[in-house]
Amino acid sequence: MALERSEVEKIAHLARLGLDEADLPRTTETLNNILGLIDRMQAVDTTGVEPLAHPLETTQRLRADQVTERNQRDQYQAVAPAVEDGLYLVPKVIE
Amino acid sequence: MQWETVIGLEIHAQLATASKIFSGSATTFGAEPNTQASLVDLGMPGVLPVLNENAVRMACMFGLAVDAEIGERNVFARKNYFYPDLPKGYQTSQMDHPIVGRGFLDITLEDGTSKRIGITRAHLEEDAGKSLHEDFHGMSGIDLNRAGTPLLEIVSEPDIRSAKEAVAYVKAIHALVRYLGICDGNMAEGSLRCDCNVSVRPKGQAEFGTRAEIKNVNSFRFIEKAINHEVQRQIELIEDGGKVVQETRLYDPNKDETRSMRSKEEANDYRYFPCPDLLPVVIERSFLEELRTQLPELPVQKRERFEREFGLSAYDASVLSASREMADYFEQVNATCGDAKLAANWVMGELSSLLNKDNLDIEQSPVSAGQLGGLILRIKDNTISGKIAKMVFEALAGGEGASADEVIERKGLKQVTDSGAIEAMLDEVLAANAAQVEQYRASDEAKRGKMFGFFVGQAMKASRGKANPQQVNELLKKKLEG
Amino acid sequence: MHRLTLAQIARGLADKAFSAEELTRALLARIAEHDGTLNSFITVTEERALEQARAADARRAAGEQGALLGAPIAHKDLFCTKGVLTTCGSKILHNFVSPYDATVVEKLTAAGAVSLGKLNMDEFAMGSANESSHYGPVKNPWDLSRVPGGSSGGSAAAIAARLLPAATGTDTGGSIRQPAALTGLTGLKPTYGRVSRWGMVAYASSLDQAGPMARSAEDCALLLQAMAGLDPKDSTSVDQPVDDYLAALNQPLAGLRIGLPKEYFGEGLDARIADKVLAVVEVLKTLGATVKDISLPNTRHAIPSYYVIAPAEASSNLSRFDGVRFGYRCENPVDLTDLYKRSRAEGFGDEVKRRIMVGTYALSAGYYDAYYLKAQRIRRLIKNDFVEAFGEVDLILGPTTPNLAWKLGEKNADPVSAYLEDIYTITANLAGIPGLSMPAGFIDGLPVGVQLLAPYFQESRLLNVAHQYQQVTDWHKQAPESF
Repeated sequence: MALERSEVEKIAHLARLGLDEADLPRTTETLNNILGLIDRMQAVDTTGVEPLAHPLETTQRLRADQVTERNQRDQYQAVAPAVEDGLYLVPKVIE
Repeated sequence: MQWETVIGLEIHAQLATASKIFSGSATTFGAEPNTQASLVDLGMPGVLPVLNENAVRMACMFGLAVDAEIGERNVFARKNYFYPDLPKGYQTSQMDHPIVGRGFLDITLEDGTSKRIGITRAHLEEDAGKSLHEDFHGMSGIDLNRAGTPLLEIVSEPDIRSAKEAVAYVKAIHALVRYLGICDGNMAEGSLRCDCNVSVRPKGQAEFGTRAEIKNVNSFRFIEKAINHEVQRQIELIEDGGKVVQETRLYDPNKDETRSMRSKEEANDYRYFPCPDLLPVVIERSFLEELRTQLPELPVQKRERFEREFGLSAYDASVLSASREMADYFEQVNATCGDAKLAANWVMGELSSLLNKDNLDIEQSPVSAGQLGGLILRIKDNTISGKIAKMVFEALAGGEGASADEVIERKGLKQVTDSGAIEAMLDEVLAANAAQVEQYRASDEAKRGKMFGFFVGQAMKASRGKANPQQVNELLKKKLEG
Repeated sequence: MHRLTLAQIARGLADKAFSAEELTRALLARIAEHDGTLNSFITVTEERALEQARAADARRAAGEQGALLGAPIAHKDLFCTKGVLTTCGSKILHNFVSPYDATVVEKLTAAGAVSLGKLNMDEFAMGSANESSHYGPVKNPWDLSRVPGGSSGGSAAAIAARLLPAATGTDTGGSIRQPAALTGLTGLKPTYGRVSRWGMVAYASSLDQAGPMARSAEDCALLLQAMAGLDPKDSTSVDQPVDDYLAALNQPLAGLRIGLPKEYFGEGLDARIADKVLAVVEVLKTLGATVKDISLPNTRHAIPSYYVIAPAEASSNLSRFDGVRFGYRCENPVDLTDLYKRSRAEGFGDEVKRRIMVGTYALSAGYYDAYYLKAQRIRRLIKNDFVEAFGEVDLILGPTTPNLAWKLGEKNADPVSAYLEDIYTITANLAGIPGLSMPAGFIDGLPVGVQLLAPYFQESRLLNVAHQYQQVTDWHKQAPESF
């Protein structure tokens, strides 16, 4: 399955990655090379094989419902690019 | 053409856990922005989720209450999309293996009939934060306190056929989650939110029409209005030769209309996949059996018991069991006075009008269940008449006494039953109205009947309502017959 | 002093031959002298290191003992370190001073280890040459024109150049074992879930595992002992007792059954490396091991499967780098989409972007079954291969890499050629089993690594075999000439 330029643009948009117009042909080619490698999977017969999401196949441990965190806003927001009145600032969200 | 409305609802109920679904942050409403956002809630690099056992427990309680299959092995998945209130760029939710599978809920419609609404599934997920659109120099502010609050998303089958049914269903879910104690149901604070999938089709047609989803409607009244508006819009659109587009719409209560949310129009591809940071959650049978024994009496069971045990009508029983608080209040009144019918009449009558007038919830009632029960006792033992009882009730509501007895005592409202005293009082009344007495005695039977009421009124007035009406009647008759 | 191993340092500190502060100063001086050439560190935390060293000396003076008390180490720069820059080798985290410590960092600090700083790495651990770092490539101390391997290339180069005795690394597809092989070190990827991932910036969550890198198996044992164990903060960390790794080192190898998978000695393997690996087998035989040919038939499907699963998880894991709460944010975004697209395009390097795109594609509507689920099914086949093989043998042995360290820039033009270098290491990540690479000799002055694979939670077995081998050989004691 070879990707078209428009598909690369769509994927980049889904992943919110800005694309450099000039790089598009090269990006498309590299992605197609990688997909070529990946597509070798299709030759494998996996009929009846259950997908394996976790190597150990154990089950989830649960946490007691207790509040263990305290307010550390100042410390956490010290690494933020833009905050005001304790809020993270972003370009206007339109709904 | 005759149209049929088809509605399916997705209700998001915030679970009443102390801490968040995947972190140890508090879930309290209304805290200062971002003071309840931990490393995990903020999606800091390197952090990992650990599931809150109480969220799992609450979801299972809901599942048991709607007779659903519980996913013995349920799996969390990531729903990927970018939005500033979604810190990790994905919402941890459940897709293929939800914790609660197919179930149902019976609702009571206004005409007293019952209807079964199918529940497709209910799954656990984390809530997002909030974007505040106050103007920060043309920017939006993001508060992530709500991010990570556990949600149970309850998805109904498209079994609902009108806005009224939709409201009845949401009310039933609302009552249920509150009975179970798994959600505070506070819609104004967003603890229970509703997405309505609405479509119309010509009556008799089997296939569904194209649906529109109205997002985040947050009151019973708005649910009804939003659906009615949307149904009207779709019908008009189709009748004008147009087509309904599958889209997300927003209800604007100020304009009473729904409008398209263009920002969400973009084709979403959420790229769900099992969350690799969380393992499958296994629910043991024994855990479910144990949990089942801990379930409180549910609305339906309560309603049936009220009918059976107290002989209440189906309507009265359903009103009184509509909320846990209402039912508890009624049962306490009944326990105090020992007369379920009188208790039901007072709770649904005087008390309800009082609460309605002041727009209060039953938990905020100025007259406690104990006080009301005490008041009814005094009606039953003839200490006061029904009419005086209303005065006492008002006095209690106005805080004029700690109990009915105290009010009766202080105001001297006790009914007079001493026949000597009543006779003396009647003699005075008759003496003061000698002319009317003469007239009465000269009249025929038919006229007398009408005039009798005049003397009763004068007598009750003279006793300021305290004389036992029955005795007044009997004695008066005797004296007038002379 | 810089040639001492962790075990020797522990003895020297216990005997008061030197203090932790003296040792730290000596290594800091060495870093200052050599790291301009190697570029193995992103951040050197000189003052903190000296404070920690003095604190360790004080603890020792107060009677405390402990193998790592005062031991100098450093962390791969994807372990969050409170108050210290944590970049993951990426511009997008160029200003991220972590507000918290990773569990691994916390545990090692508690054990008294002195952290000298943060080590260079491939951006977000995506790479096998350490050339994708925003902070520039790392050089191989054995030949400065060659790559040290990756993604834990900074850890490998620093230890090989004797700037440090040991360091932490992480391994998602070979990122500990491959650089260990290319720089002549011993490196261990533990069983998935053995070491906490809390605070370890995720690349591919179901594959990532932290582990020790050092110059001997014994040192790896010392480090792993402090790193391993259940962490309530990591749902995937396993509640299983941690073995006494040091005690296991000296077990005899008599009766050890070693399997040689035929798929690990086929096409693509440098024949000279095959010879070195077989020479290791001969040594182990003299120590009592028996050898058997085995087959891991699905090995060749591992690379395509891995290059779906890892990018898929990565595409989601890396969504949080959006310029809102931390990290790089583009200048003057015109709207939200612009903020996301430019912050991420400017903040991530090419290889990271490629993998995000591949992963996004593999999870997208219409391709999920053909790519993601297919890869997960193959993953099970690969696991099954190992389960079956470990029914017959105790240990699997083969080359760590098909080739020697390559020239800087050699594989940059074609990412796929670099992916193929992972062929022997990624199966352990897909199956979750532990793997260790240790030095097996030299070809043209470049180190060769041999890989040992064991059943789940048998790290002690791997360390034991490597240690026994290192008792009778001295490949691991060789140092590059200029260091």
